[in-house]
Amino acid sequence: MPLPPGGLLQLTPEGLYCPAAQAWIDPWRPVPRALITHGHADHARPGCGTYWAVGQAEGILRQRLGEGIDLIPVEYGERHRIGGARVSFHSAGHVLGSAQIRLEAGGERWLVSGDYKRCPDPSCTPFEPVAADVLITEATFGLPIYRWRSGAAVAQEIVDWWRGATDRPSLLLCYAFGKAQRVLAELHRLGIRDEVLLHGSVQQLMEPYREAQVAMPPTRPLAELPRGAPLEGRLVIAPPGALRGRGLSRLKTPQTAFVSGWMAVRGARRRRGTGHGFVLSDHADWPGLLRSVRESGAQQVYVTHGQSNVLARYLREVEGIAAEPLEGAFEAERFEGDTPEAAAP
Amino acid sequence: MRAFSTLFQELDGTTRTGAKLTALERYFRSAPAEDAAWALALLLGKRRRRLITGRRLREICLEGSPLPEWLFEACHSQVGDSAETVALLWAQRDQSTVDAAALPEAPLHHWMEQRLPQLAALQGAEQAEAVRGCWASCPPEQLLLVNKLLSGGFRVGVSTGLVTRGLARSAGLEEAVLAHRLMGGFEPSAAALEQLLAPGQQEEVLAARPYPFFLASPLDPAVLQQGDPGQWQLEWKWDGIRGQLIHRRAGCSLWSRGEELINDAFPELIALAASLPEGTVLDGEVIVWQPQAEAPEPFASLQRRLGRKAPSTTLQRQCPACFIAYDLLEHGGVDLRPQPLEERRRRLEQLRAQWLSEAPEALVPRWRLPQPEPLSHWDQLEPLRQGARERRAEGLMLKRRDSPYLVGRKRGHWWKHKLEPLRLDAVLLYAQAGSGRRANLYTDYSFGLWDNSGTLVTFAKAYSGLDDGEIRELDRWIRAHTTERFGPVRAVEPLQVFELAFEGLQRSNRHKCGIAVRFPRISRWRQDKPAAEADSLATALALLEGSP
Repeated sequence: MPLPPGGLLQLTPEGLYCPAAQAWIDPWRPVPRALITHGHADHARPGCGTYWAVGQAEGILRQRLGEGIDLIPVEYGERHRIGGARVSFHSAGHVLGSAQIRLEAGGERWLVSGDYKRCPDPSCTPFEPVAADVLITEATFGLPIYRWRSGAAVAQEIVDWWRGATDRPSLLLCYAFGKAQRVLAELHRLGIRDEVLLHGSVQQLMEPYREAQVAMPPTRPLAELPRGAPLEGRLVIAPPGALRGRGLSRLKTPQTAFVSGWMAVRGARRRRGTGHGFVLSDHADWPGLLRSVRESGAQQVYVTHGQSNVLARYLREVEGIAAEPLEGAFEAERFEGDTPEAAAP
Repeated sequence: MRAFSTLFQELDGTTRTGAKLTALERYFRSAPAEDAAWALALLLGKRRRRLITGRRLREICLEGSPLPEWLFEACHSQVGDSAETVALLWAQRDQSTVDAAALPEAPLHHWMEQRLPQLAALQGAEQAEAVRGCWASCPPEQLLLVNKLLSGGFRVGVSTGLVTRGLARSAGLEEAVLAHRLMGGFEPSAAALEQLLAPGQQEEVLAARPYPFFLASPLDPAVLQQGDPGQWQLEWKWDGIRGQLIHRRAGCSLWSRGEELINDAFPELIALAASLPEGTVLDGEVIVWQPQAEAPEPFASLQRRLGRKAPSTTLQRQCPACFIAYDLLEHGGVDLRPQPLEERRRRLEQLRAQWLSEAPEALVPRWRLPQPEPLSHWDQLEPLRQGARERRAEGLMLKRRDSPYLVGRKRGHWWKHKLEPLRLDAVLLYAQAGSGRRANLYTDYSFGLWDNSGTLVTFAKAYSGLDDGEIRELDRWIRAHTTERFGPVRAVEPLQVFELAFEGLQRSNRHKCGIAVRFPRISRWRQDKPAAEADSLATALALLEGSP
């Protein structure tokens, strides 16, 4: 279902558009002014005129979109006038520098959630509930089978798994931006001070996190480990896509596990064929989605990504909130970035 | 139960054969016999009794839950499995953190012999209450296992061979001996396990058991270049089911290749076995073949006989079963498997001649012993194979005259040389998500052919033939080109053409297009071909006319 004409936000071929601010939110194609919720590749794309984003995300965006991009860094909670709208960025708890974006004009408040989660995460600022009249929320894990355990509990499982194999390296596959650093921060909280080895694409993202003073164990790129150094009992973090590359060929017969919310379902885990699965997600689980919708106080909800039909129907029929799936290029776009099948960069 | 649950998670949580073997060996070393016996039966897939249906589990889970039924369906299509969906939803509902260590722990055999059957014996509200009580007392990681055991869907990624090896190692037994002892089933009891693992040979234990089947591999064309065609025995490859027909002191039995005892389905073949001398084991094909007919009936006739506990006399008359013997594995109680095929064949023919002189008239058509086809030059092979369809055979078998009867699929001795499948180009019309490992991926496809009026008519379904990359690509395409949804099924724009391969066509009133296909699968994604150029129903009917 499309957005109603005349509303504060419209859906154009480029993505969600706010005519009052003359700005797009996480546009799919190059536009003059882009408001970016966070730096994942399916939300931040190159080629736009001016980018607005949270200051903590600046380093990552410049790394991914080009050092020379025109970027206006903002703080969480600040209200900015852009064109005829007031725009503010609020913490989404998804990854470092991630934001929900609220737009106000003509007496209406719309909130675009971007990707978000409600579980505590020592690697980024926690989610902040924001009031709005209309909410556009994601629903990647919008089914009641998805309910997350705390990051600390999953991290403890990871430690037990890793310590249980002293005769071989342990290869932990994590999405390179966000998940890897969250796992490291959780390990640090558990008192882990061992040096963790990183695949190159995880290493690239460490600097912004270290700069933001996220406490993590010491790390070293796997490639910088001297030839012949023993790897038994070492923990290595790499993105899932690296399994197909050559970067991990030094790891002889590692035990392998994949860290993702999708691992909650046995079929999804077996399809990956990586062996063990740890259920840890940077998206909201079912209770988290419902809670966030309620806390926003929104009277009208539009749902994007993943289980948009299911969550919208549940909100309508069970919660009594006007809700519709928002059909757009969201599903197709998301498919490249963050589904069980997609290889993270 | 905790130890078995740990084993299940270890086996499920790794793809490495070595790790699985270690886990199996460790479990069998430490588990008490009565539990190990159950674990063995479960891992071998010998005990898949459905105690409570997945539908009922779902009912029980939904009762008193605030979740609407459609939401359960949505979850199910993401998970692809009822037992697991229920387990996930229950774990989600029950918020109290269960302290696993504090829960009463019952051993596996107690669960299998008492607890689960007791749940199954209850009815209605009482059963629902008891099942929920059982779930509430389970640590979350055991819920899936319990539901799988209840619904008879317990499966984990270990082959029979691997389980056998793990158990053999834990008991210090020869793997081959254990494999033979395991042929034909295993009753989960401590006594049976003790007998199974008893040291040395125990011939009496093996009395009723079939030999492990020797399997052929698809023909390596290089074989045709080497040496003398006279080294090979050439037989038709029939489209029935493989079986071993046994008459020993312990009794008569017919075993399928799936190690199932199928005596009940084929009483006429058991009568045949009884007419053979004691100490005889025949290897061959079970097929439906009318007494006077030149060729056997199509596989569909055999399907009417399979799985029947007690076939009526009418059915036995309409679809008379026949055993096509092609090997003699035991004669006079002596294992002939090490002998060369030539010798086994000679004895088989001798046995047949003897039998014919004494057998009752009615049994004669039950045993067929076709003569091997002569082959003096490799050039004769292809014309012969082309004649297979006319004889309702699947192709040819090439067996080395000097081959012993080995275990499993060992290349080089026996080759199968099947006919090229029939092929049609069809258009993708509908897609549905698979289950289990393929849950949430569109992998079950329906295809259509053009009819006279230029409409696409559904013609066949196919589930296999694409590689993982193609499946993902097609899944993405399906999601982006859906025109309509019918529950879990998506109708897609009729644009993608696939070449389907199949083994045969038959007329059918049960199919919209009037044709049923045998073993359809995708042979190629014809991205080069526009939908308008896909094949028509008329082309399919022409193939139908062409096949006998």
